Amino acid sequence: MTGKQNSNRIEVRLAGEGGQGMILAGVILAEAAAIYDGKFVVQTQTYGPEARGGSSKAEVIISDEEIDHPEVINADILVAMSQEACDKYASNLKKDGLLIVDSEKVRRIPLTNAVKAPITHLAIEATGKPITANVVSLGMLVGLTKLVSRDAINKAIIARAPRGTEELNQKALERGFAEAEANLAVNEKS
Amino acid sequence: MTVTLMQGNEAVGWGALAAGCRFYAGYPITPSSEVAEMLSRELPKYGGKFIQMEDEISSLAACIGASVGGLKSMTATSGPGFSLMQEHIGYAAMTEVPCVVVSVQRLGPSTGQPTSPSQGDIMQSRWGTHGDHPIIVLYPNSVPKAFDLTVTAFNFSEKYRTPVILLMDEVIAHMRERFEVPAPESLAVVDRISTNVPPEWYKPYGDTIGDIPPMPSFGSGYRYNITGLLHDPMGYPTQRLDEINPLVERLQRKINNHLDDILLYDEEYTEDANTVVISYGITARSARHAVKLARNRRHNIGLMTLFTIWPFPEEAVMRIGRTAKRVIVPEMNLGQLALEVERVVGRHKVVRINRADGEMIAPQTILQAIEGR
Amino acid sequence: MNNIEQNAYSYLRTTKKFPNIWCSGCSIGIVMGALIRAIDRMGLDKNEVALVSGIGCTGRMPVYLDFNTMHTTHGRALAFATGLKLAKPELKVIVIMGDGDALAIGGNHFIHAARRNIDLTAIVLNNEIYGMTGGQYSPTTPLEMRATTAPYGHIEPPFPICELAIAAGATYVARSTVYHAVELDKYIEQAIRKVGFSLVEAVGYCHTTFGRLNKMGSAVEMMRHLKNVSISLSAAEKLTPEERSSKIVRGVLRDIEKPDYSTLYEQVIERAKASVTGKEFLRAGPGGLE
Repeated sequence: MTGKQNSNRIEVRLAGEGGQGMILAGVILAEAAAIYDGKFVVQTQTYGPEARGGSSKAEVIISDEEIDHPEVINADILVAMSQEACDKYASNLKKDGLLIVDSEKVRRIPLTNAVKAPITHLAIEATGKPITANVVSLGMLVGLTKLVSRDAINKAIIARAPRGTEELNQKALERGFAEAEANLAVNEKS
Repeated sequence: MTVTLMQGNEAVGWGALAAGCRFYAGYPITPSSEVAEMLSRELPKYGGKFIQMEDEISSLAACIGASVGGLKSMTATSGPGFSLMQEHIGYAAMTEVPCVVVSVQRLGPSTGQPTSPSQGDIMQSRWGTHGDHPIIVLYPNSVPKAFDLTVTAFNFSEKYRTPVILLMDEVIAHMRERFEVPAPESLAVVDRISTNVPPEWYKPYGDTIGDIPPMPSFGSGYRYNITGLLHDPMGYPTQRLDEINPLVERLQRKINNHLDDILLYDEEYTEDANTVVISYGITARSARHAVKLARNRRHNIGLMTLFTIWPFPEEAVMRIGRTAKRVIVPEMNLGQLALEVERVVGRHKVVRINRADGEMIAPQTILQAIEGR
Repeated sequence: MNNIEQNAYSYLRTTKKFPNIWCSGCSIGIVMGALIRAIDRMGLDKNEVALVSGIGCTGRMPVYLDFNTMHTTHGRALAFATGLKLAKPELKVIVIMGDGDALAIGGNHFIHAARRNIDLTAIVLNNEIYGMTGGQYSPTTPLEMRATTAPYGHIEPPFPICELAIAAGATYVARSTVYHAVELDKYIEQAIRKVGFSLVEAVGYCHTTFGRLNKMGSAVEMMRHLKNVSISLSAAEKLTPEERSSKIVRGVLRDIEKPDYSTLYEQVIERAKASVTGKEFLRAGPGGLE
């Protein structure tokens, strides 16, 4: 125990509807950080009736030090893929926290500085499959925050992707990176 | 060394395999089912056996039968199933058959809340079955610790010929954490002691070589009787006081004389702390978070994390009670281990933090108690 | 003493724990004798026989016999035996139970052991009553009979043990009575030889409780009663269903072949080993892949 606490503890929440693959996205992000970037990671999720079509949520905590309390206290990053998820968790974000929303699913956005993108639409454009929206969102998250390295998230996705879908998922990831870069460029200009 | 992200329940399965577990019998129940699923997949690769039984009663019975047949055995369950297993935890204690019972606690009583964490089985794990008997209960606070303590549970079980209970909470069972898989050769694995005396000399429940009699398996040439009745050194039922008392005393002694080996806990900053937080399982992680915050604010706080819940580490807690003015006991129940702490350090020193609604105790709540707010 | 009597003594744990706890005239001893004769005739090594029981008068039998013996909890003997058999497939695992033990508290384990077709030999001594606890009605107590918990006559229909085992999937099912002791040991031998779940129902009696409560007389008179009401399967086939219903039908009621659980599980092990990718954890050392 160093006496220090959480100086580099990053808390991430990925939330949406059951079936959008947000828990899997949480696992992939956690694997990228733990296995390929060598960080301390704890990943938890909401189980229960909520996971059946209702809302679904994964939490990932990443740190350079041992992680004690395993759940999000005040999130640094929230990815909201549904209105309900945004309504439920946005108020828990830190003051300077990052909110990423699927702009076609979330209409009422409580923060003016939220990053908005039609994530599911981008997934369909990139791969033809809306199910890859979770991977697009990971690409955006990593592109915007560099929370894990691009190499790590790429490897983690390949390791998790069902055989034969590796390329498809990489396309989705690239699309997320591109969207993040476009977003950063706009911010620099303004 | 392989680095991976692993779920607590999976880590229990791998720990069991590493400890030499080759038999699993169980009945599906949330939030423990991943242990069964994982072992149904992995055990046969190692030549081990998996069977899904008709209920939790028969699951532990099958484990005990397999252990008598020479295989290290385990079952995993949760609240309602743990209640059903009490019958055979008592049988395993009385017959001194090694086995490991994993209980991933859920909110109770009764069916309660299958997916919500709880630490409500602390007392049941100690006193759930009828009669007097010692028991060993271990409780991990992380995924790597779940692996380690599963190995330890098997080792204690084999060494002391006793059922060992591995308590978990739903948070540790389902959360994924970075885990460095240890090399199998780095693990100390203990096997039960057999015997090489002539079969007619063998006393299955004798004390000729100490409090823990050797245990050859059925079919090895040592024919003996096992019974849940009070028995004599030959394993035959008895009503003679001169046979009952030595048995009852030996069962106590074989655990209580080895507390140095059995009691596992961590202490941080407890030597001169005026307040010590004593906790276990996932709550000990929240407590550690709070203790770090408090130390940043220059509070003189210590933390004791228990890994052995039963036998209760009485001496160590007593020592803390001699120096600390306050002992804070956060737990996800309405005050169970706090009863033991109060018994040892005195009720006036203990501050309880309790929660039994399926939510974790937040570090902030513990910090408030530390600061007396 | 003739040969079989001498042999029988060699199977008893005579150094301690005799005399046994059973009432004089009890039918359990006859079943124990039949079991010994079957094992002796088969020439089984005592070390390869495991005898597992539950609770009740019948449950005490293993204590007296010089095998690998396990006196377990009420109703659960088959579950313990399942684990033992899977751990040590080379053992002949024989499970001896009473009717209350096997069919009331152990009913669920009974049907599932039969369904799984685990290679066990189950012997149910059916005396139609809970003897040890003092004569309460059991799942096989016939209608209208008296028990200490049915002082006005019993109103529940009895379980037909053999038919239950057949329906659940047992591969060998036979019934006889303690009057027909030689037939009983023949069936027990066949049951032990059978690979798969086999059941022998040994119809006995409890003169101390059932006999007294129902004014059926001494052990000898109850034995005579068994002789009078039982008929062979071939004789029973000539009767109408109604005539049959009042009889104890003796014979082999089922004898089929199908793979037992352990044989099928060996296939699971083969398939699992074939699926090893080499990326498994714990490849070497004490926890390693074989």
